[in-house]
Formats: sequence, structure tokens, C-alpha cells
Amino acid sequence: MSGLRAHVVLRDRDVDVMLEVGPDECVAVIGPNGAGKSSVVEAVAGLVHLDAGTVSIDGRRVDDGRHHVPSHRRRVGLVGQRPDLFPHLSVAANVAYGPRAAGVHGREARLRSDAALAVVDAVALAPRDPGSLSGGQAQRVAIARALAADPAVLLLDEPTSALDVEAREQVRAALATAITGRPTVLVTHDPIEVVALASRVVVLEHGRVVETGTTAEVLGRPTSAFGAAFSGLALVPGTATTTGIALAGGGELASETGTEPPGRPVLAVYHPTAAVVTRDGAGVARRVRAVEPRDGLVRVRAGELVADVTVAQAARLGLASGDAVRIAVRPDEVDVYAPRR
Amino acid sequence: MRIPWWLPVPAVLGGLFVVVPVLAMVGRVQWGSFAALVTSPASLTALGLSLGTAAAATGIAFVLGLPLAVVFSRVRSRWVGVARAVVLLPLVLPPVVGGLALLAAFGRLGPLGGFLDAHGVRIAFTTAAVVVAQTFVAMPFLVTSVEGALRSSGDRYERVAATLGAGPTRVLLTVTLPRALPGIASGLVLCLARALGEFGATLTFAGSLQGVTRTLPLEIYLQREVDPDTAIALALVLVVVAVVVIGATSVRSGLRPVTT
Repeated sequence: MSGLRAHVVLRDRDVDVMLEVGPDECVAVIGPNGAGKSSVVEAVAGLVHLDAGTVSIDGRRVDDGRHHVPSHRRRVGLVGQRPDLFPHLSVAANVAYGPRAAGVHGREARLRSDAALAVVDAVALAPRDPGSLSGGQAQRVAIARALAADPAVLLLDEPTSALDVEAREQVRAALATAITGRPTVLVTHDPIEVVALASRVVVLEHGRVVETGTTAEVLGRPTSAFGAAFSGLALVPGTATTTGIALAGGGELASETGTEPPGRPVLAVYHPTAAVVTRDGAGVARRVRAVEPRDGLVRVRAGELVADVTVAQAARLGLASGDAVRIAVRPDEVDVYAPRR
Repeated sequence: MRIPWWLPVPAVLGGLFVVVPVLAMVGRVQWGSFAALVTSPASLTALGLSLGTAAAATGIAFVLGLPLAVVFSRVRSRWVGVARAVVLLPLVLPPVVGGLALLAAFGRLGPLGGFLDAHGVRIAFTTAAVVVAQTFVAMPFLVTSVEGALRSSGDRYERVAATLGAGPTRVLLTVTLPRALPGIASGLVLCLARALGEFGATLTFAGSLQGVTRTLPLEIYLQREVDPDTAIALALVLVVVAVVVIGATSVRSGLRPVTT
């Protein structure tokens, strides 16, 4: 079968991750720093060797913990945070590097290089020196260089995280074209990138898969703490009731979407700005754990609940750690669902 | 950086320490007979031998030293550290000691010399011995220079090249070595300069046979006893050659500060 099947076990980094990517699929790998995202990419690329498990690319086993096929015989394309264009070669020669390494020369190599540059809308850059390119241009060329080698799997390791906002947009557009019809692993911290490029999402924490699902599922109805934080949602566990969710930490939130039979363990998400914090109004009673600034708002952590209030509201309430508060969320803002798997 | 006000004083003294003796020697050159002294058959023979052997030694150091530098900079093993210390020994060893070591190995009773002798090849006290002595002493300069360049350039480009389908040989030739070109160039220059100036190991291992092993430094030392004017004139030739060899690279690198 074409695509990627990987079970990456790296003992010294405490990584044990299963990852499958279909032939025409882009899978986003997300997780906190140090979760093992880059380790998985490096293992697939052959830059680190498996201790156990397997990596199969296009049905060909390239690593099984004992025999390691070297990187240059794996047909993987890798684009990292930095473009790492060869500084002693022109843009055209950089992009033609893969075809030349494969024994394609002269006119044919140039044609492939032009075709790859066209995919990322960078044909005009061909004669330039890598040092003269902007960050976004250089990253587009790096994508073209990876494409020109006709990889069986494309590995994108935070391809836009070192760029400014405008360049990000350009590179994202280039990636959308580049990954079409090619199995792709996308490591990223950027939700917009996941929405734009990935059809499925795998969440890693501490070297393990903690959640998988379609992009809509993971971003809309996350089951892991990181998955929820990634799309800015507050995630709380509890038990289904006829009207919503009975929170594990006590109290109840009403929901308009709950369809689970009462008594089942369920999860609920809401956006923290939808939560209303009062001293003695309606809602669930909690004690404030922390009050911290957050994108022009004030994030109030109370028990397992989270609420974002305006600075003015926070000042009016005079919130401090240890205070008793009540937190209410409108029923149409609360989504209750059964955890996947 | 703003330097302390007193720093130029020792700095200037340091510069003078090198410049004054050279200028003093230039002042003693007999310009009237300079051309004749320098172009005498003995002088020309010694100069030709020096240039030829130093070029050959640099070539051998390139062929053998470059792989050493690559291994030292890219292979992670504690044995590499040990090997490195041993290979760079000639940097700190008195050349005479190096000559003795070579004699022990390549002399007729030495392990290599005995083997070669049995096959009709004799090295000690031949022109080949001069090249061997110069290579022995000069190669570490090339190795350290190239190794430094390779280390500072890191291996991230090599990793990228591998994922693009390039095997180790192609990566070495198209990425590693082109990236290290400045280091290779300065290493070659240092190596050539050191080979040109080689004296102690050559005298010990190759002797001083006119036209065979008597290079310019040996000729100068010899003439110093019998004909100081010739010695001074030849010394000036060596200074000029050294300045030409070193000048090209060090002036350029001085204009452009090293950035990584």
C-alpha cells in the first residue's frame, strides 16, 4: 500500500508512536514542545534509527529496529523550520539537486526544477542566490527542492513557524498545492495551518499518541488537554445528564447538543470567552486557582474551569487566587459529546 | 569592541618583534651581487628542489589529510579523539624528533623501510625522503584548518542532501567540501608554507645532498658558514616566497571578519 505506516519506538527519547498516512492524505502532528513530534519525523526520514517498531514507505520496510535503510534511499522529502538552502548553489541548482542525485542531468533536471518551482510560484527566483531571498521565498524554494526529488512521503516539520505573518500565508498557499496527491506529515503549532492543509490530526504528549481524529473532530471536539488548548477551548470531563453534563468537579452545565444517554462518561467544551464569572450569580461554584493575562483579556482558572473576562470585568470583580466565584456558560455555547475510541 | 588605551603598546611591540629582524636581514642584502648569488647553479637547484618537494608534500597532505579532517569532524567516537591527538603530534614535536621517527620507520632496519628495501625501494636520504619529511611535518596544518572549517559549518546541509537522495560520496563532494573550500584553501597555503620552510626533519631523515635533498633552508644554513652574503640573499628569496604564499589568503581573510 502506498503512503506511510510507522511505529516509531525511540527508547532514549521515550517515544512510542503509531502513525499512518494514506496515499492522498495530510496528517497533522501536534503536541507540546518535547512531545516527540520532530523525533517521529526524524525517524521516518532516517536521521535517527528506530530501537523497535517499523517504518514502511510505499509498502517498503525502511526500518525495523535492526536494519536501517539510509535516508538517501528512502524517498522522503523533508522541509524544516529553516529552509537550509545550499548557500553555494543557485536556487535552480538547489532545486535540481534531488533530480541530479537520482541521475537525471542537464535539460531533464532543469525541467523538473522548473516544474517544482512553478508549484510554489517561484519560477522567477531560479537564477537567484539563496542569500538574496526573503524568509518566505527561501522556504518556498525549500519546498520546491523537496518536491523535485519526487518523494514518496513529504515531511513538513514546522514549515512556517520561523516566518512572519505575511510570509506564512504565502508558504501555506504553496504547501496547499505541493501536498496534493502526496502523503504528508505536517508537524505544526499553527491551527490555521492544520485547518488549511490537514485532513487528520494526531496529538502527541510525552512521546505517546493521546488523541487522533479528523481535523473537524480534534479541533471541534477534542478529547485531550493539548487538543483542546490547541483550538483555544476549555475541556471538562463529566457525566451525561438529560440537560447537559454533570461535571466531575461538581455542578452542572446545560447544553443544547447533548445526545448521549444520561450516566455515560462524556466531555464538554466551550470557549472561555463564553463563560460568565460572577461573585454570587448563577452557575457552578469554584475557587479561583489563578488569574493571568491572555491576549488582552484576563484568564481566570477556577477549579477545572476556565473563563476569559475583560480587564474591566476582572477589575470590577477584584479577583484573586482563593476567591469563591460562580461560573456560568450559555447552553448553546456548551458542546457535550462522548470521547472517541 | 573598544580596545583599552594601553593595548596598542604591546601589540606594536609584538609586531616590531617580527618585522625588525626581517627588515634587518633585508638591510644586509648585497643588492649589487644579489642577482648573481640567487641565480647561481647551487641556489637555483636548491630553490627548484624546495618548490618541487613542497608542492608534492602539499599534494600528498591534501590526498591523505582531507579524509582525516572529514573523519575527525564527522565521526563520533572516543578513538577519534585519541587518533587526532597522535596525528597532530608533529605540530608540537621538534622537527628533529620527527626526522628520527621517520628514520626509525623508513630506515633500512625500520618496519616500513625493511619491507620497501626488500622490494628495491629506498626512501631514506633520497628526494622522496624530503617529501615524506615535509608531509609529516606540514600535514597537521592542513588537517586542523580543514577540520575547523568542517566543524563550524555543521551537518544540517548534509542531512538535507541525504533526504534529497544523495549518497555519502555525493554529499561529500557536492555539499561538505564546497562548504569547506575557504578552510581547505587556507589549509593548503599553511601546509605549503610549512613544507617550504622544513629543515630539521629533512636534515635528519634525508640528509643534505646537493641536488637530491638539499632544499633552500638547508642550502641557506650551509652557505651561512662559507658565504653569508649568499645565505642572506637566499633567505630573502624564501621570505618573498612565504609572503606571496601567505599574503593572498591572510590579507583577504583580514578584510572580512569571520562570521558563523
